[in-house]
Amino acid sequence: MKRVLVLGGGVGGTLAANLIARKLRRQVARGGAVVTVVDQTGNHTYQPGFMYIAMGNERAESLERPERRLLDKEVELVVGQVTRIDIARRLVELADGMRLAYDQLVLATGSRILPELVEHFDTEAHHFYSAEAALKLRRALDAFTGGRLVIGIAGMPYKCPPAPLEVAFLIESELRQRGLRDRTEIHFCSPIGRVFTIESVSEMAAPYFDQKGIEVHTFFNVEAIDPERKVVTSLEGEELAYDLLILVPPHKGAQLVTDAGLAPASGWLPTDRHTLQVKHLMPPGTPDAEVPRFPDIYALGDATDLPLSKAGSTAHFEAPVVAERVAAAVLGREPHARDASYTGKVMCFFEIGDGKGTLLQFDYDHPPKPPRPNQLWHLGKIVFNKTYWMTVPRGRV
Amino acid sequence: MTDTATPPVSRTIDARGSFCPGPLMELIRAIREGRSGDVISVWSADRGSKTDIPKWVEKAGHRLVGVYERDGYDEIVVEKIR
Repeated sequence: MKRVLVLGGGVGGTLAANLIARKLRRQVARGGAVVTVVDQTGNHTYQPGFMYIAMGNERAESLERPERRLLDKEVELVVGQVTRIDIARRLVELADGMRLAYDQLVLATGSRILPELVEHFDTEAHHFYSAEAALKLRRALDAFTGGRLVIGIAGMPYKCPPAPLEVAFLIESELRQRGLRDRTEIHFCSPIGRVFTIESVSEMAAPYFDQKGIEVHTFFNVEAIDPERKVVTSLEGEELAYDLLILVPPHKGAQLVTDAGLAPASGWLPTDRHTLQVKHLMPPGTPDAEVPRFPDIYALGDATDLPLSKAGSTAHFEAPVVAERVAAAVLGREPHARDASYTGKVMCFFEIGDGKGTLLQFDYDHPPKPPRPNQLWHLGKIVFNKTYWMTVPRGRV
Repeated sequence: MTDTATPPVSRTIDARGSFCPGPLMELIRAIREGRSGDVISVWSADRGSKTDIPKWVEKAGHRLVGVYERDGYDEIVVEKIR
């Protein structure tokens, strides 16, 4: 019997497992293959919704579903914490002592936030990367009566790259509607030399900062927070006073994959940009063609080191490639050309504020050309968020 | 600049294969971890690095030792000043 093991029940893990099980339906029915997802909580969370909790339009309860309900019945679910991946013996160990062997391993272990890497983050800064933090930010915004609002990024890469820009635009819009805009200065801090990593998106977004009177500080890499003076300082030596501070927390990949010797300290798994096979950890500078790939270990979603957005959309478009390659390996055939290679496709909505949005669609070879923001793309994002449960994890879009 | 003479390098970051802003972020990490006087050499095949990194170095108050064209990549050498 061939064993396919998927670690992680987020967008990538859930969709990949469902697609693999469909491709192996006959083998699973006959007992010739088993597809298992291991998830820490057994609950699937729609993380893009967190930002809307902070904006007052979403409730945490609406953003969770039991993972079991999203998985095809052919997929087995184990709820538990993986404590070790043993690549030599091709098995994983769980906290309760359970061992699961694999023939094909899919690492959909995501990313994690580490606010504690910035001293005083917990007491001074807000974020929107968990339901709890987003609700706390909502309360702070409700209590806000004007002053200096600073929005920044305390580490790259991070989940959903447009999110801090969207939050700046949405809060600006809200404060205007509440009659507080004249009493508020808004500062946006970018770690790089422009407002967004992708040049075409930066060019699209930059005029909105001007138009909305949001002051942009480029090359602002958050270094420290001084709670006494209510000042955030950058590595570059700039200081910004704040009354309300919102920072994207530092992110890393799962500790588990670093401990397994599969990823460096950052936790981002070296991953082949087309096959999505995990690459051996090699000294920097080793030519890519000389880096061996694990033939039976794949990564997708936030877990990879690919130069793409850490977003559900990336995992969504990677999953069919992982599924095809894993199924082909189990069936002893070549992968079908259509899904054999990932092109770097990502598609995500981008809120501009005042009920308008745009769409970022790109791949490795084609940078995004965002259309002029309008109400349609904003509504598109809202509809997508609401219909997510019926569509993405089940492979219907 | 095409001069090939560089001061002794204390740390080399081979960021070839990484895309913008990866090489800059790698340099920032090295600056954070390093000491004043360290000379850091960044290798980048991303064309944006040879403009982005010097701009960052100026803003952050460090010293740009030089930008050198190598075989298929750029070497950008930076001295940590503070």
